[in-house]
Amino acid sequence: MINRLRRIGLWGRGAVLAVPFLWLLLFFLVPFLIVFGISLSESVIAQPPYAPLVQWLVDEDAGTTKLQLLLNLSNYLRLGGDDLYVLAYLNSVKIALITTVFCLLIGYPMAYAIARAEPAKRGPLMMLVVLPFWTSFLIRIYAWIGILKANGVIDNLLRWTGLTTEPFELLYSDWAVYIGMTYCYLPFMVLPLYATLEKMDPTLLEAAADLGCRPWKAFLTVTLPLSLPGIIAGSLLVFIPSVGEFVTPELLGGPDTLMIGRVLWNEFFANRDWPVASAVAIALLLFLVVPIMIFQHVQGREAEAGR
Amino acid sequence: MAVQPIRKPTRLEPWQDPGQTPYVRIEKVTKAFGDFVAVDDVSLSIYRGEFFALLGGSGSGKTTLLRMLAGFETPTEGKIFIDGVDMAGIPPYERPVNMMFQSYALFPHMTVEQNVAFGLKQDNVAKTEIRERVGAMLDLVQLGRFAKRKPHQLSGGQRQRVALARSLVKRPKLLLLDEPLGALDKRLREQTQFELVNIQEKLGVTFIVVTHDQEEAMTMSSRIAVMNHGVIAQTGTPTEIYEYPQSRFVAEFIGSVNMFEGRVVEDQSDHVLIRSEDAGCDLYINHAVAVPSGATVGVAVRPEKIALSKEPPAGADGRNVATGIVREIAYLGDVSIYLVELKTGKTVRVTAPNLVRRTEMPITWDDEVYLTWRPFAGVVLAQ
Repeated sequence: MINRLRRIGLWGRGAVLAVPFLWLLLFFLVPFLIVFGISLSESVIAQPPYAPLVQWLVDEDAGTTKLQLLLNLSNYLRLGGDDLYVLAYLNSVKIALITTVFCLLIGYPMAYAIARAEPAKRGPLMMLVVLPFWTSFLIRIYAWIGILKANGVIDNLLRWTGLTTEPFELLYSDWAVYIGMTYCYLPFMVLPLYATLEKMDPTLLEAAADLGCRPWKAFLTVTLPLSLPGIIAGSLLVFIPSVGEFVTPELLGGPDTLMIGRVLWNEFFANRDWPVASAVAIALLLFLVVPIMIFQHVQGREAEAGR
Repeated sequence: MAVQPIRKPTRLEPWQDPGQTPYVRIEKVTKAFGDFVAVDDVSLSIYRGEFFALLGGSGSGKTTLLRMLAGFETPTEGKIFIDGVDMAGIPPYERPVNMMFQSYALFPHMTVEQNVAFGLKQDNVAKTEIRERVGAMLDLVQLGRFAKRKPHQLSGGQRQRVALARSLVKRPKLLLLDEPLGALDKRLREQTQFELVNIQEKLGVTFIVVTHDQEEAMTMSSRIAVMNHGVIAQTGTPTEIYEYPQSRFVAEFIGSVNMFEGRVVEDQSDHVLIRSEDAGCDLYINHAVAVPSGATVGVAVRPEKIALSKEPPAGADGRNVATGIVREIAYLGDVSIYLVELKTGKTVRVTAPNLVRRTEMPITWDDEVYLTWRPFAGVVLAQ
């Protein structure tokens, strides 16, 4: 009886685990393997535009059939050899880092204020943070074009106050990209920060004050270290998608705003070089595995500490 | 009501000595949260070296009063003086007090050692001195071996002692303790009560402790202030509070008590006689009360001050003698609790030590018994 129950229990647990497992298998591992495969093939002018990796070679003279596997590493070598790719990667990291820092600087006070607000107000305030998600991402970026362009909202405001007389255009610059990306990813920073700050026991700050610690120092020695898991989680949630960001730099950035997402897009659609585009994607993924693993590690540790 | 506590006249206690100035003076302090008045016009004087308990149920205002002393709440009205200095406008981090929190509030990201050292670091104490004092304090609370552990690796009792060490290491003149033993189990609580008293005497610090546990307050403190709905119902030594409660609330809050209603028929300078329908007899008490003759009063008699017997007591004159039938007996090992139903219908609670084994006890269920008590047992409480 117990054995049967145990078997059912095991089966039940297996079934529950199988759903996300199958999901990841179908929608992550299989596409990943396809992309990885393409990245190792050769570009050809055909449909599809890459050579198959595995081919049957029929030798009619000998009357034999051979299975041939061609692995082409030149796509990866090109990534290392061409300045364009290296610069694009480095620039992507730079833009992602700056975006992360901005999100942190703006998001931390926001999350802190919400976590310290009256409990009844916290829900509505968090609602406001996620509210932008209710409209299309593209529409929101287009709205920023209207704000940042010459003769746009900011330009008109500056001229109205008399700070500038010349037309002032932020659009199509790196700054426009920073503004747009910070705006997009801010909720991803605020949410985990709020979660850790809200959990924090306010009597810890009272204890610090009681022991002679001034409020600002109590923030640095108690609040900040205790919110570190939230800072790391939020930073990675912003940094990881920022590196591969395509839409924002495409719409708000100048022609010289070089980011790996745009390079990938160009290789894929403009040059129709699927193998190189795939190699770019795989390299980006490997590149991001490190921060993702840090993220996993931090989350695991946090879960452990929460127990 | 002339109350004279029975205590050894060794030395004058500070609160009886008019020459002493109180270390903490709370003057007409009121604290309101919106419409709710948590502390209502409270005045208290607490002296150096006292172990003072604020005792009360939840919502009695005891914790709010403590938090006002620490500086986490500001009085709506009234003043608080610590060592003669008005505390108005002085933030918690500049007050000469330390507090031990009910939840302990240990910093989870710091080791035991770092937690204890935290307060000293704020004062820029030299590193070597910090190490010495933290070490000495951890030895005092017997936690030397656990210095490198994080709070979540400790048991509840160990955490409690870290919290105590952390609040004592700065050598405060005044330590505030909010339900210091609340989170401990019964056995550990009893043991820690005595440890706290020992540490307090050793260091000579003034302790103000908030508790809802009357036993805890009785064992540890030099004086108790019983609080109810934001008001101090009575302040006194544990003996005074227990033996001479000044109100029904105090009598009923501390320990258990039998209340008899009656009418004053004789009020002399050395005794008072009260006719009680409840008890079915006259109650004779050997102190005078300042109430008009004929007034209705309550008489409180503690369960352990009543004697039970199956024979009519010798020399009884019908005063302080009631008869009834034993309805319930609760055997607690050291004592037994008897619930006796009087002829008048009132149920009286009597506790008696189990001098003989349970099976040999003479009184059992449904026995008719006499209840007697001595003239000093009753306390008259005005309505």
